[in-house]
Amino acid sequence: MYTWDFSVLWEYRWVFLQGLGLTVSFTVAIVIGGLVLGLLAAMGLLSRYRLVRAIALLFTEVFRCTPVLVQLIWFYYALPILAGIEMTPISASLFALSCYGGAFFAEIIRGGIVSIEPGQREAGQALGMTPALTMRRIILPQAMRRMVPALMNQSIMQFKNTSLVSVLAVPDLVYQGQMVAHDSFRPLETYTAVAVAYFVILFPLTVIVRYREKKYGASK
Amino acid sequence: MTSAKPKIEITALRKSFGALQVLKNINFKVEQGGVVSLIGPSGSGKSTLLRSINLLVEPDDGEIRVGDTAFFFGQGHRPPATRALAAFRARTGMVFQNFNLFPHMTVLENVMEAPVQVRKLPRNVARQLAMAQLEKVGLADRAQQLPKTLSGGQMQRVAIARALAMEPEVMLFDEATSALDPELVGEVLNTMQKLAADGMTMVIVTHEIAFARDVADRVVFMRDGYVVEDGPAQQTIDDPREEATRAFLNHYHKGNGAR
Repeated sequence: MYTWDFSVLWEYRWVFLQGLGLTVSFTVAIVIGGLVLGLLAAMGLLSRYRLVRAIALLFTEVFRCTPVLVQLIWFYYALPILAGIEMTPISASLFALSCYGGAFFAEIIRGGIVSIEPGQREAGQALGMTPALTMRRIILPQAMRRMVPALMNQSIMQFKNTSLVSVLAVPDLVYQGQMVAHDSFRPLETYTAVAVAYFVILFPLTVIVRYREKKYGASK
Repeated sequence: MTSAKPKIEITALRKSFGALQVLKNINFKVEQGGVVSLIGPSGSGKSTLLRSINLLVEPDDGEIRVGDTAFFFGQGHRPPATRALAAFRARTGMVFQNFNLFPHMTVLENVMEAPVQVRKLPRNVARQLAMAQLEKVGLADRAQQLPKTLSGGQMQRVAIARALAMEPEVMLFDEATSALDPELVGEVLNTMQKLAADGMTMVIVTHEIAFARDVADRVVFMRDGYVVEDGPAQQTIDDPREEATRAFLNHYHKGNGAR
């Protein structure tokens, strides 16, 4: 019978916290980066120019249909060889995860935009608003409200996906956990603690998503 | 009465959706201050014609002029630039069957939106303008409410105020009362009647034949993408020249004893 002993982890608390700090700031960065890329790609998917649509579609499908772990490794190892772009593990991870998230965000944003009644666009245009202004002032604010739960769900996925950057030796929570496990010879306690840390942060977020879905599902 | 050129002039207009030709060589004029009703069976092209006037529908061929701005379509003409289109539409107000109010904005914000964003008026000026328009349609006391708290008739009056806040040269009404409960139709028609009396140039697609007869000074009957008859309102409704118009109107008058 295994005897659990979490007390040994206390001396590694700063190691864990460092990892957690990196995981959280990484998530913030790739969610922002992903939203920017996703918004651009969504606009591209809805463009009236065929070439723009094709490029946006290529982007979203490439990143949706390949594993994010492969993307991470590819960006770090292959891109420098093929394109001569030298990447640190951190910039490669940020780039790959932002693109991966962006591909999924793009689909959510595109869906949100097309769910807005065509009459809204017509009303904006009839008032003399350009398509860009109509998008920014009329369509997107309404679409965003509908998209929030789906965007948050995807952001939760992104938080967990940051764990993959440990393969590039980026010292996130999982990577730090690996270090602690090696050092303390207590892998069960270590990975349990790591799992609990993810859960404690994400569970309240899923509750908020569910609450918002309920609220907006009921009113509109 | 001025003998100046018409406010709206449409020449040799054609439009197809796929293989379906919905406008077949339409010629159409509205004088300054004129009120014209477009009537006809559904699928006759009247809504498409109305939407061509502010270019929400881009014609395949022909010419459209409102005030001093003209656009040409067809061979040898480029499609209008985005900015030119927007500037053109800013001068034509449009009211839709389904109101199309912006649900994420209050009534006041709905009316202020285009004056602020398109005309670039300072917010306080736009607010005064918007309140004056809401006053006109009798809804100033609803300024801070969201559209969804209003009745259909009130929503449509807000939509009219929103269009008027751009101080348009012409107003287009696309079946403005068709989505309303019968008891709410009157308040919207009253608002439109007042607007006509103020001298606004108006084109009205409607199924309210009695309203067309009493408020419009001209009635245009369309069928199958053609203008079949175009004449003074009362005469065209009461004693149409064309057999097709007569048949359509008889169908409408059935049951309400107007004829």
